[in-house]
Amino acid sequence: MGHTIAEKIFDAHQVDMPFAGVHVLSLDAVFCHEITTPIALNDLASRGLDRVFDPAKIKAVIDHVTPAKDSKTAEQGKVLRDWARRHGIKDFFDIGANGVCHALFPEKGFVRPGYTVIMGDSHTCTHGAFGAFAAGVGTTDLEVGILKGVCAFRKPETIKVNLTGTLARGVYAKDVILAVIKTLTVGGATDKVIEFTGPVVEGMSMESRMTLCNMAIEAGGTCGICAPDAGTVDYLWPFIQNEFRDKQAALAAYAKWTSDSDAPYVRVIDFDCSALSPQVTVGYKPDQVITVKEAAGTNVDQVYIGSCTNGRIEDLRVAAQVVKGKKISPAVRAIVSPATPAVFAQALKEGLIEIFMDAGFCVTNPTCGACLGMSNGVLAHGEVCASTTNRNFNGRMGKGGMVHLMSPATAAATALAGTITEAAG
Amino acid sequence: MKNFNGKVLFLDRSDINTDEIIPAKYLTELSKEALKPHCLEDLVMKGFDPATSLPGKSVIVTRANFGCGSSREHAPWGLEVNGINLVVASNFARIFRQNMFNCGLMAVSLDPADIDRLFTDFAGKDVSVTTNLDQKTLEFNAGSDTLTVNFDLGPFDEELVRTGGWVEYAEKKY
Repeated sequence: MGHTIAEKIFDAHQVDMPFAGVHVLSLDAVFCHEITTPIALNDLASRGLDRVFDPAKIKAVIDHVTPAKDSKTAEQGKVLRDWARRHGIKDFFDIGANGVCHALFPEKGFVRPGYTVIMGDSHTCTHGAFGAFAAGVGTTDLEVGILKGVCAFRKPETIKVNLTGTLARGVYAKDVILAVIKTLTVGGATDKVIEFTGPVVEGMSMESRMTLCNMAIEAGGTCGICAPDAGTVDYLWPFIQNEFRDKQAALAAYAKWTSDSDAPYVRVIDFDCSALSPQVTVGYKPDQVITVKEAAGTNVDQVYIGSCTNGRIEDLRVAAQVVKGKKISPAVRAIVSPATPAVFAQALKEGLIEIFMDAGFCVTNPTCGACLGMSNGVLAHGEVCASTTNRNFNGRMGKGGMVHLMSPATAAATALAGTITEAAG
Repeated sequence: MKNFNGKVLFLDRSDINTDEIIPAKYLTELSKEALKPHCLEDLVMKGFDPATSLPGKSVIVTRANFGCGSSREHAPWGLEVNGINLVVASNFARIFRQNMFNCGLMAVSLDPADIDRLFTDFAGKDVSVTTNLDQKTLEFNAGSDTLTVNFDLGPFDEELVRTGGWVEYAEKKY
């Protein structure tokens, strides 16, 4: 019997099995942000354990509320900043260099095939796009990760989602993952890894694969994962070129992080993407998904384009293409938040920012804020947001608000119309 | 070891998420105690009002996929500072479940049929539970009505409950 990617990563990283089924793994990277980390750091300090296992393997960013909006968020930033300085954590990204963690860290080349990664953030599953095992954890797991460089997991079974066919024009990774979550349901992948395979994945950019893997948690998945291929190597090449003779050599080395043909899957879903049309959520659960056509005409108050799901350069390109030369509806306010400074700079260079501003969008600095109702676009009671983010829970973007999740193309078309609208093909 | 006995709060819904347990706007707090007045404040359910339903309760009994969504450990902390150290459900989101045990709290999974029976026989009554960790039983009592349910607990989870949590365990071992 062969092994899945996740099983191979587990086997290569296991440092202990204290009890049957409990695998303590060594960690290649521990990511930190200012919301879930400071409480861990304060707890470590109070226990007299103000140490880090390896400052080079710890990466930290202030991204959820930045610039700080009040004294409490300023204090959270300060705790993280002071700690990074105190321990010589060089890869610490503060205001001016900060961006949404799951967009920023891949961009910096911090994730490689075969890596184990944890972060105190549920969307850490995003990094599986690189063939890594990357899992969101709570503050206590993060604390032990920082201190010891290990984390305990039950070995997850893998669900294979085989994406076949070709995406129609105007259909994107976001539409695919929303449809997949509808099939799996919000608890359908609990304790499991979702491995995305097939020609649709192979044809996707790394940005699109990150969009897919990002929402694995919305089906309960521990991690989304895509096997590394030439696209992965191309993306990582600036960071790995000194490690390998050429790209072929890198590809050959990373080939060990692919699932065997006889690997065991707990479930295999063959998903023909050819018939897929743009998707949108309704209600308060990410598996409540219908087509944009079915939801057409629903009024919205705010449109938000950004987040670790869809705030990358290709997302902004798609949205800008839709709004170019047009104006948003007077019935809505629209916000675009490039996910990282590099995305922002590239969008400026390509004229995308000008397009958004001419259309009437507010352009914010990179931050997670609005997605979880913390800052930079919180909804009022009874308001509706068309959003490219990942969660539509009740109150997610503001108490009493409703969130409809959709692709950047649909969000852009919705901004123009003022109601949920499919982008013109 | 923490206390796992006391009055039961029944929440008859699946997929109660972390944002409902503690909204993100309170994640700026640096103390667990500050979460106390906000626990479950965004949970909209008929007959449920956190201000009156939560005080005096020590155990939650609920349906499937409790704690789905965010990784925030503020969810278990918010429960703990309100005196709730035990959640009983048909299953849990992975991160929430691990967070509970990492804090020395318990997230006990029961067969959906047992959960159904608890709701049918006990919901709406003044119910207490007594947990026996050695025997792995939960004894539900409401007046003269009594039901004892067996539960499974992995040895690692039990060790975390008995030692007080993952930091204590890992600091000794790794």
